[in-house]
Amino acid sequence: MYSRQSKTALAHFARAIRNSRIRFCLLVCAASFAAPGIARAQVKPPKSKQDSIARADSIARADSIALVKQLEKELGASGADTSAAASSQGPRATGSYMNIGFVALTDAGWSTAPDIGAIERGDHDPHVNGFTIPNAEISLDGNVDPYFKGFSNIVLKIDSAGDTGIELEEAYGLTTSLPANLQIKFGQFFTEFGRQNPQHPHAWSFLDAPLVLVRMFGPDGLRSQGVRFSYLLPTSFYTEALVTVANATGGTTSSFRSPDSPEIHGGVIDDRRVQHASDLLIAPRINTSFDLTETQTVVLGASAAFGPNNSGPSAKTQIYGADLYWKWKAAAAEAGFPFLSLQSEALWRHYGAAQRVSEANPAVILPSEVLKDDGAYAQVLWGIKPRIVAGLRGEFARGNQSAFLSELRRDQSRWSPNFTWYPTEFSKIRVQYNYDNRKAIGTDHSLWFQLEFLIGAHAAHKF
Amino acid sequence: MRLTNFLKTAALALIGIGGAATQATAQLRVVATTPDLASVAREIGGDRVNVVALAKPTEDPHFVDAKPSFIVTLNRADALIEGGAELELGWLPPLLENARNGKINAGAPGRIVASEGIRLLEIPTSFDRSKGDIHSLGNPHFMVDPVSAKIVARNIASHLGQIDPKNAATYNSNLARFNARIDSKLAEWQRQLAPYRGAKIVTYHRDFIYLAQRFGFSIVDELEPKPGIAPSPSHLAQVILEMKRDNAKVILVQPFQNRKTAETVARQTAATVLDTPQQPGAVSGATTYFDMVDNIVRQLGNGLGAQK
Repeated sequence: MYSRQSKTALAHFARAIRNSRIRFCLLVCAASFAAPGIARAQVKPPKSKQDSIARADSIARADSIALVKQLEKELGASGADTSAAASSQGPRATGSYMNIGFVALTDAGWSTAPDIGAIERGDHDPHVNGFTIPNAEISLDGNVDPYFKGFSNIVLKIDSAGDTGIELEEAYGLTTSLPANLQIKFGQFFTEFGRQNPQHPHAWSFLDAPLVLVRMFGPDGLRSQGVRFSYLLPTSFYTEALVTVANATGGTTSSFRSPDSPEIHGGVIDDRRVQHASDLLIAPRINTSFDLTETQTVVLGASAAFGPNNSGPSAKTQIYGADLYWKWKAAAAEAGFPFLSLQSEALWRHYGAAQRVSEANPAVILPSEVLKDDGAYAQVLWGIKPRIVAGLRGEFARGNQSAFLSELRRDQSRWSPNFTWYPTEFSKIRVQYNYDNRKAIGTDHSLWFQLEFLIGAHAAHKF
Repeated sequence: MRLTNFLKTAALALIGIGGAATQATAQLRVVATTPDLASVAREIGGDRVNVVALAKPTEDPHFVDAKPSFIVTLNRADALIEGGAELELGWLPPLLENARNGKINAGAPGRIVASEGIRLLEIPTSFDRSKGDIHSLGNPHFMVDPVSAKIVARNIASHLGQIDPKNAATYNSNLARFNARIDSKLAEWQRQLAPYRGAKIVTYHRDFIYLAQRFGFSIVDELEPKPGIAPSPSHLAQVILEMKRDNAKVILVQPFQNRKTAETVARQTAATVLDTPQQPGAVSGATTYFDMVDNIVRQLGNGLGAQK
């Protein structure tokens, strides 16, 4: 009886919408934030219908599903998901609306390099002989409502002078109910470029960041404020297409409009406001994966990042990357062991430096030039037996000749064997040797230890 | 212009590939996290469903890799059956986050929580990881009790009936047949294990407590000192003493557990190591839930019988 009344009322509503401009607005809504907008419009009258779904028998349920289908048709909203309403029960009752976790890394060790900061440029790398707390991270996440999930990572770190710094590493919302295999992420987040850039330090297989990633993306990785669109292709194997649109300005957009950019191009910063879409950072990515056998999986990705740099009014940077991950895991694996994996990434950067006034000496004009850099790393991990992993990483990064000699563009390479023991998945003890080689400086040896603990909720790892 | 045409063709081809896969069958696509749940789903769904399990029968269900191919499987699923007691906590959430499938969102009819209605054992009163890998909702290894399987089957039948009302009657009659078969098999299993009621057993992990409760075994200890913590020599020495004291003569292991450790303890105690996988498909020939329990019962009967 109730369902018949609401059917009539909704039919009127639907007709009204069909004949008015509201329909256009609704369609625009549907295109951008479809599920919340449309689903709410549907859900409102049947709010109590939602309750009745729980109670009614299967015939009534079939009826209501047919009604929603009919409304979808009349409203012109494709597949705005009927179960979004049902999902308002949220996750299983584990007693909390939010997962809270805390992970802390402690590094300790010694290096022959007098300037450790020059071979360990990452913000989460060891910085001094002795002890470093490179990352203490509070992670919060939970379902916001039936339409969004929320995530945040707040990082505290102690610098080489012993002062504590804080950063809002990530704070983003993620849609959960968009139709047509779409997903939107918005807020402050690591740009999905390659494999390691979006990973948090505690998920890394080595104690420090790869040289090439620090060269292209800076000490903190590439992350900014923006929005990311993702589409899961309807192919028989996994293929995801993503594009991030974000601000190109700030300390974590190193190859673009970072206040630290003079270290790359040597010129005075051309400070301009964002005026065109081309002043934003655009980062497309395609990621695909196949199961080669029952026990072997490969993931292949290609990424790019395009945006302005601050060497001149129309100066641009392009970065391209290719990444590969292969893993074998035994069919009867105990706690995920034994396994063997290979991960590799290669990146190329074209930094279009404009003619610019030298920051060091205003009398000098640096010429317009293309700063070309590239680099790669490859790492093999062998999970020998439960909770014991041996790893080896080889890597290099190099840059072409330029008018300004940048320390950040010096040719360098590194070999890093390491060994990790995971007493459980909540703690880690790692030892790593680094053999660094810098052009015109020479070689250095470093030995680092790392201890990690994690308390609270443990976010599951992606493949 | 030519490029646009090429892109259009490519897009159509890609959609075609997906479309072909979609239309190949009108069966409901049911995904189960583990093969035991998948087997029960096949019994209930019959030829109306196509069931896929994510975890392999031989691998540790706590540590399954969140492979991207699973994202595709979940994206196209009409229903997902999960254990519901956090067994899959380490790998299912990131898959679901990327699956973008409202049909299997929490609370939707297509999301089947197998443990719903099962009285889970060992629900912790406090959360403390110094006690090992404790699941906050209770011990998740309930499927090895045939009575739990009946509750799981009921949950599956009820949800399949909601998603696919026109076949609800079929699911219900399959459920009735499954229940009848469990009842008759349970009587048989209980008859076979009756001589060993009260027998002392040792397990590798705390994964046979529901079986012990159902068939009246007493678990002396586990080779793991705490759930998920690798056996240490000092703990194994203690287990050996306990086994000798209590005259425990069998050690139950699953394919992904360290059989060598169990064999070492067995040598010291003149016990037998029994291969008792809890997943159908782990032993050749044992492809269904019934085969799986048959194998465990047979192993226990042989192992405990030989000691008599």
